[in-house]
Amino acid sequence: MADKPAKESKSGRLLDIRNLRIEATVYPPGEAPRNVTLVDDVSLTLERGKVLGLIGESGAGKSTIGLSSMGYGRGGVRITGGEVILNGRDILKGGRSGIRKIRGREVCYVAQSAAAAFNPAHQLMDQVVEAALLHGTARRAEAEKRAVTLFRKLGLPDPDNIGRRYPHQVSGGQLQRVMTAMALCSEPDLIVFDEPTTALDVTTQIDVLAAIRDAIRDTGVAALYITHDLAVVAQVADEIMVLRHGKLVEWGGTRQIIKEPRQQYTNALVSVHEIEHQEKKPTDHPFLSVKNVTASYGNGQVKVLKNVSVDIHPGQTLAVVGESGSGKSTLARAITGLLPPMEGSITFGGKELSNALSGRSKEDLRQLQMVYQMADVAMNPRQPVATIIGRPLEFYFGMRGKERDRRVAELLDKIEMGKGFADRYPAELSGGQKQRVCIARALAARPKLIICDEVTSALDPLVANGILKLLLGLQAEEDVAYLFITHDLATVKSIADSIAVMYRGEIVRYGPKSEVLAPPFDPYTDLLLSSVPEMEIGWLDKAIASRRMESAGN
Amino acid sequence: MLDIKRIPPGAWIGLVLTGFFVFCAVFAPVIAPYGNAEIVGDVWAPMSADHWLGTDNLGRDLLSRMIYGARVTILIAVLATALAFSLGSIMGFTAAVVGGWFDTLVSRFVDLLMSIPTLIFALVVLSVLPSNIVTLILVMGILDSTRVYRLSRAVAVDINVMDFVEAAKLRGEGRGWIIFREILPNALSPLVSELGLRFIYAVLFLSALSFLGLGVQPPAADWGGMVKENKDGIVFGIPAALIPAGAIAALAISVNLVADWILNRTTDLKGGRGNG
Repeated sequence: MADKPAKESKSGRLLDIRNLRIEATVYPPGEAPRNVTLVDDVSLTLERGKVLGLIGESGAGKSTIGLSSMGYGRGGVRITGGEVILNGRDILKGGRSGIRKIRGREVCYVAQSAAAAFNPAHQLMDQVVEAALLHGTARRAEAEKRAVTLFRKLGLPDPDNIGRRYPHQVSGGQLQRVMTAMALCSEPDLIVFDEPTTALDVTTQIDVLAAIRDAIRDTGVAALYITHDLAVVAQVADEIMVLRHGKLVEWGGTRQIIKEPRQQYTNALVSVHEIEHQEKKPTDHPFLSVKNVTASYGNGQVKVLKNVSVDIHPGQTLAVVGESGSGKSTLARAITGLLPPMEGSITFGGKELSNALSGRSKEDLRQLQMVYQMADVAMNPRQPVATIIGRPLEFYFGMRGKERDRRVAELLDKIEMGKGFADRYPAELSGGQKQRVCIARALAARPKLIICDEVTSALDPLVANGILKLLLGLQAEEDVAYLFITHDLATVKSIADSIAVMYRGEIVRYGPKSEVLAPPFDPYTDLLLSSVPEMEIGWLDKAIASRRMESAGN
Repeated sequence: MLDIKRIPPGAWIGLVLTGFFVFCAVFAPVIAPYGNAEIVGDVWAPMSADHWLGTDNLGRDLLSRMIYGARVTILIAVLATALAFSLGSIMGFTAAVVGGWFDTLVSRFVDLLMSIPTLIFALVVLSVLPSNIVTLILVMGILDSTRVYRLSRAVAVDINVMDFVEAAKLRGEGRGWIIFREILPNALSPLVSELGLRFIYAVLFLSALSFLGLGVQPPAADWGGMVKENKDGIVFGIPAALIPAGAIAALAISVNLVADWILNRTTDLKGGRGNG
């Protein structure tokens, strides 16, 4: 490590990005290709051992800036101006071989989706020590010892042997921690964390967050922490930089940004987006009752739902909350008939529904519609919006031609998109627009119940907020009921009338919203509630100290 | 949707050449200067004003035979490929969507067919059945459809578990809609690239069969058969065998150029409007 003279002294400037400009060429339909500026004149500096949080909505350029610190431009993105000075030299001038010397040695990267970032064909240990071996900074035995120490520090179970597992053999939260170990293993000066906890459950997020923060503190590495969740970044960062449309909005100490934001946009991010929602009282006649349903995969081998009973009332929202693996999506599959329950029954509008999908009438199917988490894959990429929304109209109501087109335009209006979108393909829509089209498709069938499976969890907070408002508006207009599956309690507060909390296939708490969210809590509900990040410095320590149980994900 | 100005040069070459071959095939009796089996000169006469490509091993005009040959070659290859693709892809998609015992039954039957070398299988079947063009097309099409079946089933199994297919099933759609409207458009890319390849294999397979005397029966001949008829001339420096061989190559390339272009358009998720 001869070329790292400043390594020992833990102070001094590590990273200095000056007037960074990043561009890409886009090919809009029917127009000539043109250049767009993704990042415009952004400068930042980072001291050794400090953590800088980059925050903004999608398209703000936060990942792009983060990756530029390793001289990397994602798919067609070009760094066209400015300097990136790391350890006293401009890495953009180092050429390809210069950059290769830096990546994995001085700067490491932790990706958002660890599941997609690990090679499924290699054992974890091989991947964790790879960078250190390639750069020749450590021999294998030495690097493995270091990795095991890191596994232990990051709180992974069985640190001595976990390296021999393959990526699919550990849970999502553990994989994210292994990835952090991978980044730390080659003892870099800087780590870029790209939304490391966004894809995780709240209950898992808290563990990963604490592990990352302690690892940063103990190793003295500097970090760029990219996220769209201000409450998360407040727990780990020393300074926060707010970005929007590739431009700097505000940059300051964590306390200042959270307590006294100077810019209006920062203020909008900081203020909590709660939707006022008046809770409706349950009626005497629920139109859909799930009674004592038990469901399993693999012919009764694995029971994922155990004796579950819930009621849904007309025009109201039942929220099902729980972490992944708690069986909330399975409940939806059981109601829709995709996974016929082993025991129990589902009554709809007074008569019992056939358990299997094939036994249900077209009318029964029409009344139950579903909106998926990943809008990208829930729509056929080869069909334009008009076909996607128009098909239920044709299929259930026999509408054709002009009549159908008029109704499609009406529905597009309802979801606050113009009829100009009718001949667009899903690939030409943004994430929020895609989800709106999926909602319109469900609505086209004029159902009594729409099952919303994590519909907002893949979206930015501000976009998700828009979708929730839309759903509430549509409920008031169309008197449709929702079964709202989510792991996000903030969402539940703003949309639900009643809540069912699920844990390992069972309902642990069920009732009207005001009752479920009022103390005294059972341990699991308490864990869920206390795991929701709050915009407060030091929340993380408090939350971990006051926890009464471990999450199921561990 | 189709803008002539946006067709890339490679695709143009392919389109023009393929169009030219198809034109020759369709209008063969009109444009051929001599009859197909007509002996008009010396054996293996060189190229001349009367016979642009010279004559073949029996003194027939090679240009005329090439034009008639195009007719036989393209007709059989197109129909056999069309049969292979309709049969193979529909069976493959159905097996993927229906699953269960149907999938197992069809897949194992296809494995059985594929375990016998295609050429030997075709030889046995063709030597038993009456040799005419219909049998030839059926045998070639069915044998080739096993390959298409494997491909389309593999692709469809992946698509079948996507959320949008599940959404269609939840809507109550029938198998027809799921296969043709949800799966087929998304499976088109690998199928089209396979189509270009399979078409050429059909031409080569036909040549092989003709070479062994079980394909097109004389005096009619496909291009592969003509290579066989004239192959002895190569020893004496006579290029008559190279001309049909070159035509096969040109057809192969031009069809694949067109297939590549179609592929580019079908892989585009923006309805062919983006990326040029």
